[in-house]
Amino acid sequence: MSSVLYDTPGPRAKRRNVLLSVVFFVLLALFLWWIWRTMDDKGQLKWALWEPFTTEQAWTTYLLPGLGDTLKAAAIAMVIALPLGAVFGIARLSDHRWVRGVAGTVVEFFRSIPVLLLMLFANEFYVRSSDISSEQRPLYAVVTGLVLYNASVLAEVVKAGILALPRGQTEAAYAVGLRKGQTMSSILLPQAVTAMLPAIVSQLVVIVKDTALGGVMLNFTELLNSRSTLAANYANVIPSFIVVAIIYIVLNFILTSFASWLEGRLRRSKKSTGAVLSAEDMEELNPAAVGGTFGTGGEGGGPSGFTFTDKPPR
Amino acid sequence: MFDFLSDYDDPSLLGAFWMTVKLTVFSGVGSLVWGTLLAAMRVSPVPLMRGFGAAYVNIVRNIPLTVIIVFSSLGLADIFGMTMGAPDDFDLQGFRLAILGLVGYTAAFVCEAIRSGINTVPLGQAEAARAIGLNFSQTLRLIVLPQAFRSVIGPLANVLIALTKNTTVAAAIGVAEAATLMKTMIENEAQTLLIGAVFAFGFVVLTLPTGLILGWLSKRLAVKR
Repeated sequence: MSSVLYDTPGPRAKRRNVLLSVVFFVLLALFLWWIWRTMDDKGQLKWALWEPFTTEQAWTTYLLPGLGDTLKAAAIAMVIALPLGAVFGIARLSDHRWVRGVAGTVVEFFRSIPVLLLMLFANEFYVRSSDISSEQRPLYAVVTGLVLYNASVLAEVVKAGILALPRGQTEAAYAVGLRKGQTMSSILLPQAVTAMLPAIVSQLVVIVKDTALGGVMLNFTELLNSRSTLAANYANVIPSFIVVAIIYIVLNFILTSFASWLEGRLRRSKKSTGAVLSAEDMEELNPAAVGGTFGTGGEGGGPSGFTFTDKPPR
Repeated sequence: MFDFLSDYDDPSLLGAFWMTVKLTVFSGVGSLVWGTLLAAMRVSPVPLMRGFGAAYVNIVRNIPLTVIIVFSSLGLADIFGMTMGAPDDFDLQGFRLAILGLVGYTAAFVCEAIRSGINTVPLGQAEAARAIGLNFSQTLRLIVLPQAFRSVIGPLANVLIALTKNTTVAAAIGVAEAATLMKTMIENEAQTLLIGAVFAFGFVVLTLPTGLILGWLSKRLAVKR
């Protein structure tokens, strides 16, 4: 294998690589063995601690309702944030300077504040000036925080998605006599949304990861929160953390794979203009994205911190 | 209007933001080191190292930071007895555990930023360098890395900004930083909106200049292709 950093290995490099592999393997094995030993010393490998996860009760009473709340909060947040983000994204491309200015300020403001602050503020706001019941309040607060933050990230995605379309699309629309609004709503936006789909799905990963924050700080009954109830019941802190982490990994892995499958499909499709906003562009908009909680947040940078490389149409 | 601020002195408003800055700086340096090591593994010619780097990044990126930080406190410290050299001082212990969690998490993003920077250098650059007779270390030192570093600044700046905001997750294990203080204040004082605005302003002040300066720098230093 050749890369920009090194050439295809010759006989000497091959020998060195084998040696390095062996040394690294030994180090890795020692490290894993050490973890295993420590777990064993602290009695964390006892079957009694792991056994609850083979029973139905642990799943139906704790983990699945928790996972359900995580997904519910994430889905609601996405459904509200998407149209809101579209409005602000389009406003950022407006011909009127003051519309651009206001939208830009709002978007940059919410992108530079940690999600946790938004959640805490929303929670207190609901305590004082609404009659949402205290069982419902954490969900409302978490969703509000997520919507404010993610709508501003999605605004950037929408803006980038529209800018990624070939200029000819706008020109052709004007040529057949469409007005500005018509061009946006029937030509640019539908194509941009298609191009954005992979980026939107990878933003879902960020949202899913951020819900965990509400579990700890606002007592929202999502997956991480139900883990602590479960661990209090079965006294299995370490195993419960491992199981919950695996659930998050599997869930987010499915979302990420779906995003890249979508991306590949869009890139291959002959109908589209070839503009696709991939997960990697998303990382530029919001490095937290494909990982996530940067959870609490993604990028926040100023206007100049944001760069988007538009891809030439093929 | 701002009278209530003087009621808080452990930590004070500035003290809490100072804690945020300390968390950011220490975990920033730590994750830069660990992330660079991971990136080196991910682009190395040794398949096992590449596999390890990829596995680490893909696992850590998919776990919420909150889970990692809460685990470092409830799991590492309470069960495995990792007291981070401060068995009695719980504030210091929480601070160090938060840094440990932030470093482990952020390093995965640093690694990806660096790797994508290296990937922007076209293969032809290295081939041309070899063609004019430069050896391996010269190629790396004079041709590839200078170009890679420049294109890495932008993505790394984004990671730094995200890290600044992510330090608030340390509130989950009670580190006395900005979000913890905001939670206390907002629950006890009447001026909800004012408190929200003050803390929001604090974070805008921390993140906006970073974004502007590093964004300007990365544009200035960008290799025009």
